[in-house]
Amino acid sequence: MIRRYRMSSIQFNWYNPMLLFIEQLLNGLQLGITLFLLSAGLTLVFGIMQVINLAHGSFYMIGAYVGATVTARTGSFILGILAALPAAALAGMIVEVLVLRRLYQKDHLDQVLATFGMIMFFNELTRIIWGRQPLFMDVPPWLTGSIELIPGVPYPSYRIAVIAAGILVGGFLYLLFTRTRIGMQIRAGASNREMAGALGVNIRLLYTLVFGLGTLLAGLAGVMAGPILAVEAGMGESILILTFVVIVIGGIGSIRGALAGALLVGLVDTLGRAFLPIVLRLFLSAAYADGIAASMASMSVYILMATILVCRPRGLLPAHG
Amino acid sequence: MIESLLSIQSINKCFGAARASNNFSLEVGRGELHALIGPNGAGKTTALNQLCGEIMPDSGRIIFDGRLITRMPVYRRAQLGLARSYQITSVFAHLTVGENLSLAIQAHQGHSFRFWKKAVDDPVIREAVLPAMARVDLEGRADVPAANLSHGEKRQLEVGMALAGQPKMLLLDEPYAGMGPGGAVELTKLIQRLKTEVTILLVEHDMGAVFSLADRITVLVYGQAIASGTPDEIRTNPAVREAYLGDEALVSP
Amino acid sequence: MVLNRQTLAIATGAVFFLVLPGLAGLAEEPYLVTLFSRILIYALAAVSLDLMLGFGGMVSLGHAAFFGIGAYAVCIFSFHGFEGTPILSWPFQLDGNQSGLVLWPAAVLLSGAAAAVIGALSLRTTGMHFIMITLAFAQMLYYFFVSLEAYGGDDGISLFSRNTLPGIDLGNDIQFYYLCLATLAVFLFFFNRLIHSRFGMVIRGSKENERRMKSLGFPTFRYRLACFIIAGAGAGLAGALIANQTEYVSPGLMHWTRSGEILVMVLLGGMGTLFGPVLGAATLLLLEELLSIYTEHWMIFLGPFLVLVVLFARRGLYGMIAGSSGDHD
Repeated sequence: MIRRYRMSSIQFNWYNPMLLFIEQLLNGLQLGITLFLLSAGLTLVFGIMQVINLAHGSFYMIGAYVGATVTARTGSFILGILAALPAAALAGMIVEVLVLRRLYQKDHLDQVLATFGMIMFFNELTRIIWGRQPLFMDVPPWLTGSIELIPGVPYPSYRIAVIAAGILVGGFLYLLFTRTRIGMQIRAGASNREMAGALGVNIRLLYTLVFGLGTLLAGLAGVMAGPILAVEAGMGESILILTFVVIVIGGIGSIRGALAGALLVGLVDTLGRAFLPIVLRLFLSAAYADGIAASMASMSVYILMATILVCRPRGLLPAHG
Repeated sequence: MIESLLSIQSINKCFGAARASNNFSLEVGRGELHALIGPNGAGKTTALNQLCGEIMPDSGRIIFDGRLITRMPVYRRAQLGLARSYQITSVFAHLTVGENLSLAIQAHQGHSFRFWKKAVDDPVIREAVLPAMARVDLEGRADVPAANLSHGEKRQLEVGMALAGQPKMLLLDEPYAGMGPGGAVELTKLIQRLKTEVTILLVEHDMGAVFSLADRITVLVYGQAIASGTPDEIRTNPAVREAYLGDEALVSP
Repeated sequence: MVLNRQTLAIATGAVFFLVLPGLAGLAEEPYLVTLFSRILIYALAAVSLDLMLGFGGMVSLGHAAFFGIGAYAVCIFSFHGFEGTPILSWPFQLDGNQSGLVLWPAAVLLSGAAAAVIGALSLRTTGMHFIMITLAFAQMLYYFFVSLEAYGGDDGISLFSRNTLPGIDLGNDIQFYYLCLATLAVFLFFFNRLIHSRFGMVIRGSKENERRMKSLGFPTFRYRLACFIIAGAGAGLAGALIANQTEYVSPGLMHWTRSGEILVMVLLGGMGTLFGPVLGAATLLLLEELLSIYTEHWMIFLGPFLVLVVLFARRGLYGMIAGSSGDHD
């Protein structure tokens, strides 16, 4: 799925390398924003509850499926989003209450196994409800055109809307954590569980809400990716791995780290795919160059991660200390 | 003064804005029992961790047995003869007393890339385990899982493991913590006996124990050594009295 | 040896695996031999993971990478051996081959070498980081093989025939089954010696308290790395066998969900035990097989089953049957 995503997003503009570069930069930004929405929720859950949640991608998938279905039925993309968000949040909170809550005190291995089982369950459930054929979601008519943000670079309006939505969410999270009471409580819970409990914060409820917020963001990422990708069972897993890479690069538990990691991964991945073949063709024959470039591009983010970890094993912007 | 086995020369360590070690220096002579005391948060554990190599100082030098060890990894220092017992007892609960000690002995017998022979049946290790058990009064308990030992016995085993490699210097990190009166008496006897065999650096809260055991004492306050000397010198030192104002333990050991 | 529950369970299992081809012949279900060969091969992969997971405390979610490397090594070598073309012409000439005597050690060496590189980088971290990094490296290799168009890319590559071994006809399913059984038995024996050796003591000690091991004077990194390499090489051997069994290899073999499955086998059977992973592999694969008879949506049952195992049967099946705790002796 990741691959078709890139294929569709690369529109080579051979005549002006500078314009091509700007266009790819925007594509990278857009992938980075999607990754940020996913990793913000996941890193919160990692950092606060100390839980590895492999099933985070399932909520992305749930968001995409519910959004696609409601959009198709009602014809309104906005209604699709409005249905997808509570669906993902609700599914997340139910899972938290039924399963995850029992895993907080267990070791990482148990968490991996149980959330792995949940992935199986959700993938199969979507296959039963929606069938094996992927769903396709149309870009809403009012976002089909393109806008020249920079003169000479027409860029699809929908992708610009995705970027804008991501920036809005980022701002919202910033305000939530620095300005509101509940945001402070979350941060207090993250740094000291007992202390926050002693201060009268209802930790159990707080955890459920945080988990719901995380899955809501994942659902938003899913429904926004819907018109760009195919909506299918298993779509959550490939993006999940990239999300893990983002979190490891940024530093587990850190939202700022997640933002930095997401943008870095989005840019490296997109620019690598777009420009590695061009660069390698300068040195090698076209057939060789494309083959090697494809391998290198698909491995580039993992190489980036390995390099960063060798230098900074705790990530770029670790949460504590 | 006797030749120094350990010489810590003005090390500094900051955690953010907090200075955990501030030009901290310490000399421990061969064969002496040196105690490091100080109020809570004075940076005793940080100093110990830098000495062991678990954290690296920002600046300064540490010389042990004539070798510069400032940046050496933990295991190399241990192999040079710097053994540590932890404040929170960290014996291997799943292994028996004998296995715990044989593991400690194995650490000082070259590499452990030996894949075939059963380690506990190895005659070289077996021969060393019995005296190691006797040294800390755990004779006859070889097959007891460490998890089933009493708190005091775990401490003994902990010390026994540190001693198993015939170290030149033993670091005891608050050995009296959480110890009942009976256990404390046993432990004092043990340390008194060990004093004659090995150089000891004792980090301890229990002032009674420190003043009765130590040859010399260094007092650490805000990451800085404010005084160093014999128990009598420390007891009468005005700076120390100020730092420990109202602490009865110092006045009447 | 005292006849206790544990020896009884092991003996029953051994006899069962020995007579299985005969039973399958009587029941006129030759498919069972193929199925149980697969179980034995996955058991080998699971046992190798248990060495680093159950005894070394290293939770890897990328073990299938080494499984896949072993499988690809066999396939690529024998592909060139069949075509008569060199694999490499630079910097040195490397020809293909079809002999198991050459290919299987090559598979073990290559997966061991990959484990050395991945382990050296991953073991700089611990806990959650380690899990995610092993996962990411495995995905990196997955995408690498997806991009290898010369060897089928996404679709994978077929083996023209099974490898050759002197005295054994690998094309014969029953002989192949016994070869898998013998390989697993030898590996288990080696494993049993290993965990009680000096090396095994260091590995187990590092699992319980790595900080203490360092302060005792053990350079734990290199021992854990060696353990990681041995486990990777074991998975590579299992990969070489699976390539021969299915005569087909695709990047799907090293997808992270495969790593998850192998992990599930270890936990289901009983982590930190010798035979638990074997039992886990058999249970998981048979359960898949059984459920898929009744419904194509068998995962909807298997998923919640795993969650229940975590919540209520933490010691694994082997602990329940043999009555021993997670601790092996």
